Amino acid sequence: MGYYTPDTVPDALEVLRQGDATIIAGCTDYFPNQGDICAPTKLLDISRVAGLRAVSQTTDGWTIGAATTWSDVINADLPRAFDGLKMAAREVGSVQIQNAGTLVGNLCNASPAADGVPPLLTLGAELEVISLRGSRRVPLVDFITGVRQIDMARDEMVVAIHIPAPENAPRGYFLKLGARKYLVISIAMVSTLVALDAGGRITCARVAVGACSAVARRPGALEVALIGQTVDQLMGDPGIWTRHLAPLAPISDVRGSADYRQEIAGELCKRAVMGAIQ
Amino acid sequence: MTNAIPSDQIGFTLNHTSVSANSPPGERLSETLREQMGQRDVKIGCNAGDCGACTVLVDGDPVCACLTPTHRVAGRQVETLTGLVGYDDSAKALSESFLDQGAAQCGICTPGMIVSAVALLRATPDPDEEQVKDAIGGVLCRCTGYRKIIDAVLQAGTSKVTAGADGSGKVGSGKTGSGKVGSGIRHLDGPAKVRGTLAFGDDVAPPGTLVLKVIRSPFARAAFALGDLDLFVATTDGIKATLTAADVPGDNCFGAIPAFVDQPVFAEHETRFRGEAVAAVIGTPEAMRAFDPESFPVDWHQLASVAEVDAAMANDAPQLHTGRDGNEMCKGFVLCGNVDQALEQADIFVEGHFTTGFVEHGYIEPEAGYATFENGKVTVHACTQAPVMDRDALEAILGLHADQIRIVPTAVGGGFGSKLDISVQPFLALGAMKTGHPVRITYTRRETMQSTTKRHPAEMTVKIGAMKDGRLSGLRFDGVFNTGAYASWGPTVATRVPIHASGPYRIADYRAQARAIHTHNPPSGAFRGFGVPQAAIAQEALFDQLAAKLAMDPLEFRILNALDNHQPTVCGQVFEQGVGIRACLKALRPAWAEHNAKIAEFNAQTTGPLRRGVGIAAGWYGCGNTSLANPSTILAGLRVDGTIVLHQGAMDVGQGANTVIAQIFAQAFGVPVAQLTLLGPDTDITPDAGKTSASRQTFVTGNAARLTGEALRARILSMCNASPEATLEVGPGVVKVLDDGHSHQIDLNKLEPNAMGYVLHAEETYDPPTKPLDHNGQGVPYAQFGYAAHLCVVEVDTALGTVKPLHFSAAHDVGQAINPLLVEGQVQGGIAQGLGMALMEEYLPGRTENLHDYLMPTAGDMPRVETIIVEVPDAHGPYGAKGLGEHVLIPTAPAILNAIHNACGARITRLPATPARVHAAIKGLTI
Ligand SMILES: Cc1cc2nc3c(=O)[nH]c(=O)nc-3n(C[C@H](O)[C@H](O)[C@H](O)COP(=O)(O)OP(=O)(O)OC[C@H]3O[C@@H](n4cnc5c(N)ncnc54)[C@H](O)[C@@H]3O)c2cc1C
Ligand code: FES
Ligand code: FES
Repeated sequence: MGYYTPDTVPDALEVLRQGDATIIAGCTDYFPNQGDICAPTKLLDISRVAGLRAVSQTTDGWTIGAATTWSDVINADLPRAFDGLKMAAREVGSVQIQNAGTLVGNLCNASPAADGVPPLLTLGAELEVISLRGSRRVPLVDFITGVRQIDMARDEMVVAIHIPAPENAPRGYFLKLGARKYLVISIAMVSTLVALDAGGRITCARVAVGACSAVARRPGALEVALIGQTVDQLMGDPGIWTRHLAPLAPISDVRGSADYRQEIAGELCKRAVMGAIQ
Repeated sequence: MTNAIPSDQIGFTLNHTSVSANSPPGERLSETLREQMGQRDVKIGCNAGDCGACTVLVDGDPVCACLTPTHRVAGRQVETLTGLVGYDDSAKALSESFLDQGAAQCGICTPGMIVSAVALLRATPDPDEEQVKDAIGGVLCRCTGYRKIIDAVLQAGTSKVTAGADGSGKVGSGKTGSGKVGSGIRHLDGPAKVRGTLAFGDDVAPPGTLVLKVIRSPFARAAFALGDLDLFVATTDGIKATLTAADVPGDNCFGAIPAFVDQPVFAEHETRFRGEAVAAVIGTPEAMRAFDPESFPVDWHQLASVAEVDAAMANDAPQLHTGRDGNEMCKGFVLCGNVDQALEQADIFVEGHFTTGFVEHGYIEPEAGYATFENGKVTVHACTQAPVMDRDALEAILGLHADQIRIVPTAVGGGFGSKLDISVQPFLALGAMKTGHPVRITYTRRETMQSTTKRHPAEMTVKIGAMKDGRLSGLRFDGVFNTGAYASWGPTVATRVPIHASGPYRIADYRAQARAIHTHNPPSGAFRGFGVPQAAIAQEALFDQLAAKLAMDPLEFRILNALDNHQPTVCGQVFEQGVGIRACLKALRPAWAEHNAKIAEFNAQTTGPLRRGVGIAAGWYGCGNTSLANPSTILAGLRVDGTIVLHQGAMDVGQGANTVIAQIFAQAFGVPVAQLTLLGPDTDITPDAGKTSASRQTFVTGNAARLTGEALRARILSMCNASPEATLEVGPGVVKVLDDGHSHQIDLNKLEPNAMGYVLHAEETYDPPTKPLDHNGQGVPYAQFGYAAHLCVVEVDTALGTVKPLHFSAAHDVGQAINPLLVEGQVQGGIAQGLGMALMEEYLPGRTENLHDYLMPTAGDMPRVETIIVEVPDAHGPYGAKGLGEHVLIPTAPAILNAIHNACGARITRLPATPARVHAAIKGLTI
């Protein structure tokens, strides 16, 4: 039992090595998961670890530290490839949640409806996971292995998200479908990253669909089909949006039926691609 | 480890003062601030980030204190409302503008709202509406419908005057003023709300008070066996006592309606719904904080249960209560004319089946309170809508006399019907009696959602006929209402629905039946409208279909059939005056024409999936109890020093009784409202003003206040033979009576004070005149009805099924608006609840027991509301006033559903109209 606020990553890792500690960042998932009981625990608060609360440019891309909040991302000066991530950040819960919640916490909590996952999938994000045993880089697509399951050992923690420098100046976009305006968990959401050539042809198309499978997915066939298309061609082929979404496997829950999710996913993909283009 | 923050000295700055907390790891800042720092302006509505009531500033940023570990703020600046209003200019401006706009109704959300707005104004001194919504979007308000809050923040931001706030003393510019009837003065009890000092149910217990927690059934139906409780108490640190059915000295039974009393305080042998209480544990705050209900010695055995009415009515269904065969609790019935013949003869008819689900009241304040037991007397401080009913219930449960029980209601953070029923009161009283110490309890969000009453789900089959000329010809209504495990107010719903299911229309041939069926669900009870909103959904949707078949304009069709004076209602009641529905409908004509034209233009121009539509619906509601006595009594007295004391026993749950009743009394007595001192409610000092329900307080208690004011005035005038037109001036020790140029002085020092210290006093009672209903529901159920008609504009995204309300116009006949500012507040708040019911709210036991999954409208979901106050005075109402509290929500949902149909052709017959359901309905059209 105890509340640990290490200043350095090695100190944090030492707490983890000793065992039984729960990592907390913004606590916006931690507390609701606790319920109403306040039982004695050992908490590792990473919010004061030096250098973890930062968005910075590196030689080959961008790094978002593990203590970086949604509000930090909204306020950061970032290229337009990150527009989708920023749009997602603005739609997370409320200002209160954005001020406390972190992107890394969102990924580690691994909810199928985590709004951070689709934009970070389109950006090709990798997580830096470290322990006293060493450090490793895990692509986000491999990091989240299932509903609330991640590839992380008990003595490990995530210190940063690394995003390779986007090529061809693509533009990011994000669309969230919920039953109310604020404080709403997505029924489904789509993030896109699109670049065009001088002739208006799509040269880069990344699409990620969330809340329509256990883990958000990039429908690869759709991305391939989009390459080389112009807006006009896309308008002439409405079926393109649904043809390639079979790999999604939505479930029914209080927010919407499986059928509904499958049916509207294509429409959201279309709007999110068009949104990134306009 | 060197970096561990010692738990006994967490130093931080609280409202510019250095403080040090002693909290175990993982304690929430909200808990520390409330229990260690006395900062009870930080409210707890959900403990999960979903309501924003606990919003505080940490280093200037708004965060949820319930999601912040106390250790996290070591060395940081924490600011809360009570501190901010003392030193922060934005907070000061906001507290004024909140009063001006009437933006604090119950006031439980106000601290979170103002703190969030302070952060906005510090960064953005002149915000626009979207920025305001983004800033307060994380704070839920169940009372106001957000519009007045948005206006208040805009006003504070710029001193720019917003719509209506024109300083004229009318709507939107609440000032203090004389408060004469018809003036939109500020809430008299507003200042404590905007400063965070008003004490709600969880705010009254001193720190260190023993804490009570309830052990609840994890299954809809279960048999259970309690273990060795003495051993449990003896072997568990900090646990002082347990309570079970065996500890109930009187009847282990309560209920709202005497003939249907059936709910145990603690279940015996078997539970009937998930969340039903079987026992309680009392212990020190430290022990109870970590107490896990799973550790309580009880064995559960799950039993077969029925959740839906169809299953409950089946032959082999388990029976919930003996003597209620087929699980039917009761029926309501109204018959007039010959409906079969009328439908037969009708030129056209329409019929439909409609389904609605459980709706949660969703007040932001969970049930909470505190009780003491001293010198043989139990005092319960808790949030309630019905203090005298609470006392009556405790009399039976505790086996005490009425004078051994005192109910001192705290401020109520929203009720909407559910806080009419007792909840925490018997637990607290029994706990205080058993331990001999004060005891407190606060329901968790999950507990309040699991165990308190809900709106009845309804299955309604309705058929309506009409003649070619548009006149109605017969209406038949069959409703089955899921009344849950216990009676609560289910009998009232069964009675009210058939009386109101005609809507406010002239229907000569009518047959309506409502059955209340028990299921293994939380009890369905009173919720704004008592079943009438459900019935209106069916009837008003079918009216649109009738109008379409007749090729008539839906508004003109309703105007044609609107009930009028001298025409019998379906109960055979004939009003000679005061029927205001046609006036409400006609008041919507300009908006109807305007929006129809705009929508036609939009839909003609748009190429994408968006379609707009406009819909209307009407409603009516009888004020007061149905054909039953429901008197209110008001007492007022004059002290020697000239203080005018009003014993105001009508619970103000945010709707404004403290203001409106005072305005009526002041007008009748003839003094400015600011001169009154209000006392109560408190069962030891305020006479019974009845319960706050059935839209009765303004009407019934208002009349009692008027009579009391008139009586006190008459006594004074008679002392100096002054004429009724005389004016009074009450000052220290003297009352001056100015009559036609003559001035009389009454020296109060010469009068003998009574036991209460009053040299003059009056106490009057009002009971609305009604008559019993016969077996066909014919009679005089209510002395007055109030009337309403709503218009709603929506935008439907036909590709996704989402619905966005864009505008409401709401015409309400309130007879006489005692306070137009408060009328607007009720209308906007009611519309927000109707919007939630129509589009997003559905309580599913075990699945939506929190505010994360149970969605209520946020600030971003409520469009502008044009409130049209219609005043058709009622002969029975005080100064002509009619009730309003429930009318405001009845036409909203059907107006939205009609607008959805108008936009895209989809008829939604199952609520809520979630995106998935609307999408499916649209798809159904095109196949
Ligand atoms: C009212 C409300 C609304 C919300 N709305 C949304 C929404 O709209 N969209 C959405 O996606 N989410 C939403 N959430 C969920 C939550 O806010 C986000 O998932 C948030 O990003 C979590 O971050 P955190 O820092 O608060 O995580 P925490 O609660 O601190 O931690 C979450 C989990 O991650 C682990 N963890 C955190 N940091 C690390 C690390 N560095 N290394 C290893 N493990 C770590 C923790 O141990 C824990 O298991 C909402 C939550 C609330 C309460
Ligand atoms: S109590 Fe903190 S958000 Fe509801
Ligand atoms: S005034 Fe907002 S919840 Fe009551």
